[in-house]
Amino acid sequence: MEKLLDVKNLHVSFDTYGGEVQAVRGVNFDVKKGETLAIVGESGSGKSVTTKALMQLIPMPPGRIKEGEILFEGKDLAKLSEKEMQKIRGKDISMIFQDPMTSLNPTMKVGNQIMEGLIKHQKMNKTQARKRVVELLELVGIPDPESRMKQYPHQFSGGMRQRVVVAIALACNPKLLIADEPTTALDVTIQAQILELMKDIQKKTDSGIIFITHDLGVVANVADRVAVMYAGKIVEVGTVDDIFYNPKHPYTWGLLGSMPSLDSQDAELYAIPGSPPDLLNPPKGDAFAARNEYAMQIDLEQEPPMFKVSDTHYAATWLLHENAPNVEPPEAVKARMKGMATNASSDTEGERV
Amino acid sequence: MSKEKLVEIRNLKQHFKTGRHSVVKAVDGLNFDIYKGETFGLVGESGCGKSTTGRTIIRLYDATDGEVLFNGENVHGKKDREQLKKFNREMQMIFQDPYASLNPRMKVEDIIAEGMDIHGLAKDEKERKAKVQELLETVGLNKEHANRYPHEFSGGQRQRIGIARALAVDPSFIIADEPISALDVSIQAQVVNLLKKLQEENQLTYLFIAHDLSMVKYISDRIGVMYFGKMVELADADDLYKHPIHPYTQSLLSSIPLPDPDYERSRERFTYDPSNHDTSEEPEFREVRPGHWVLCTTKEFEHYKKEHGAVTTS
Repeated sequence: MEKLLDVKNLHVSFDTYGGEVQAVRGVNFDVKKGETLAIVGESGSGKSVTTKALMQLIPMPPGRIKEGEILFEGKDLAKLSEKEMQKIRGKDISMIFQDPMTSLNPTMKVGNQIMEGLIKHQKMNKTQARKRVVELLELVGIPDPESRMKQYPHQFSGGMRQRVVVAIALACNPKLLIADEPTTALDVTIQAQILELMKDIQKKTDSGIIFITHDLGVVANVADRVAVMYAGKIVEVGTVDDIFYNPKHPYTWGLLGSMPSLDSQDAELYAIPGSPPDLLNPPKGDAFAARNEYAMQIDLEQEPPMFKVSDTHYAATWLLHENAPNVEPPEAVKARMKGMATNASSDTEGERV
Repeated sequence: MSKEKLVEIRNLKQHFKTGRHSVVKAVDGLNFDIYKGETFGLVGESGCGKSTTGRTIIRLYDATDGEVLFNGENVHGKKDREQLKKFNREMQMIFQDPYASLNPRMKVEDIIAEGMDIHGLAKDEKERKAKVQELLETVGLNKEHANRYPHEFSGGQRQRIGIARALAVDPSFIIADEPISALDVSIQAQVVNLLKKLQEENQLTYLFIAHDLSMVKYISDRIGVMYFGKMVELADADDLYKHPIHPYTQSLLSSIPLPDPDYERSRERFTYDPSNHDTSEEPEFREVRPGHWVLCTTKEFEHYKKEHGAVTTS
C-alpha cells in the first residue's frame, strides 16, 4: 500500500516562561491509504500536539516545530506557508475535534457551515453546494436534512452535532482524516454509532484516518495499527493484534492492565504508579523508567532505541535487548491477553446481542 | 455481606420547572434499596437523571415527592440543625470534577478539616493536624501536602483530596458521582483501587454513579440502569452483564467497546427502539428472577419470565 503520510523525527516545543516544554520529542510514523492508525496515550503525552502540528494548527509562537519532516504525498507540510496550508486544510486533510459543543459556530446555520469548505475548495456555486450538503447530512445519518440544514447548532443534540462535525470534515472527500477524541464527549450508544459511521465512510472513500483516543476499547474497534505514545515519544507501534495480544512495552502492559474487563475477576486492577513526567525537564534515559517496575540501570542512563519485534511491530524498551533479562508481563495482563482471546469466541457474545 | 438496608429510596421524584408550563421530570418514581457494605452502581446515558438521583439522596436538592430513608429515618422533610448535621456526617459525596470541587483559595489542610470543624471532631489544633495527616496518608498523599493549595496538584491527586475530605467525618455512606470520569486511564485504576481498599477498611457503603460501564461492573455488587428518569433494570453486577433482560440494557451493553480486537471485529450492535414496548398498560418494576428486577408490563413480564426466568446464574 502506498504511504499517504510519512512523519519523520518530528519535534515540537513550546517556549514558556518556565523554559522550553518539549511536547513531542522525535516521532516517526506513517499512514497508508484506507488505513486507520490509532494513537493512544495519557493526557499530556503529546498525541494531540502531534496531529495539530500536522495541520499546522499550533499557535506559533509559543509553539514551534523544531525538527523533522511531515511528508504528505511527498510534500513537506512543515515547510508550507500559511496560504499554501489553507489549500490543504479541509480539502486534503481534515480534522474532527473532540468537543462538538465548541467546534461549531453557534451563530451560523449548520448547512452554511458545511457549505463553507465546498464553496472555497471545490469552487461550487450555492445551489450545487446545497445539494451536496443534503447528501452529506444523509450520509452521516441525520434525518430530514433539508430542514435540519437550516437550523443552528444549539438545536442539535450532542451526538447529532458530532455528526455535523463529521459531515464538515468529509465535505471535500479528504485523503486523510484526523479524529482527535471524536467520541470522548459522547455516550456509549452514540459513540458506537459514530464509530460505525466513520468506518462505513472510510470503506466508501478509502481515506486514511488518524484516530486519537485514550479509550482502548475504541482502539480495538476502529484501528488497523496502533501507536502508543508516552512523554512525547512513540514507545510501541504495531498492528492492533500485536498491541493487544502481544504487547512488549511495560507502559502498554500498564494501560491494558488498568482497564477492567467485563467478565468479572475481583483481583485488584493493575495501576501504573505515579504520574507522567514533566516535559519541561524530560528525564534522562527512558522517560517511563520512574514508573516502571521492570526498570533497569540502563533505563536511567540511556534512552532505548526502537527494537524490532516483527515486521509490523516495534517497541522502545531495553527489555527487548538481547542482554536484557527475560521479563514476563504482569500476571493480570497476561491473564487478560489470554482470557480475552478465548472469551471473544465463547458464549458471552451470543447472549449479549 | 449482611442484607441490612442502609438506604431505602421510595418513589423518589425530582422535577424541575423550566417554564410556566414545562416541567423536566429528571427523576420520576425511583424505588431501590442499598444494603450495608455494598457498592451500588448507577448507570445510564447523560441526562437520564443518575446524578440528580445522587444529589437528591444527599439532599442537595429537595425531593419533589417520595422519601429517602437512611437507617430508617427520612432524610428529607423538616429538620433542625442538629438533625441535619447528623445526616451530613453519615453521608458524604465525592464529585466528578476534581478541578471544580475544591476551593482554590483554601489550603488542603483546611479543605479536609472543614467537615471536622463543623462537627467538632477535633479537640484542638494538634489533633486536627494529626487527623489531616493521617487522612492524607490513607489516600496515598504525603503529609507535607497539607500546606499546599489545590492548583499544585494533578487531577488524580485532587480526586484523592476530595476522597480524604469525604472520609474526614467518618461517614458510613459515600455517594461517588462519576469520580473517575475526568481522570486518565492509568490514574483511574489507582483511584478505583483506593476506593475499594477504603471500603474494606472502613466498612463503607457506596453509591457509585458513572457512565463507564466496565468500571461500574468492576466496582459494583449490584447495578441499576436508568433511562429517562426511571430505573429500567436492577440486578447483581454479574447477572446484569451476563443476562441483561430489558432491551435498553442490552443495547447499552452491546455498545461498550472492549479492549479486544477479535471481539470487536465480530461485534454486533443492538439498537434500542422504545416504540417496541407493549403500551397497553403502565409498566411496573417486577422481579423476573430472584434479585433481578425489570421495568415491564404484565405481558412483557410473562415473556421475560419464560425467556430468562429459568436461566441459572452461572
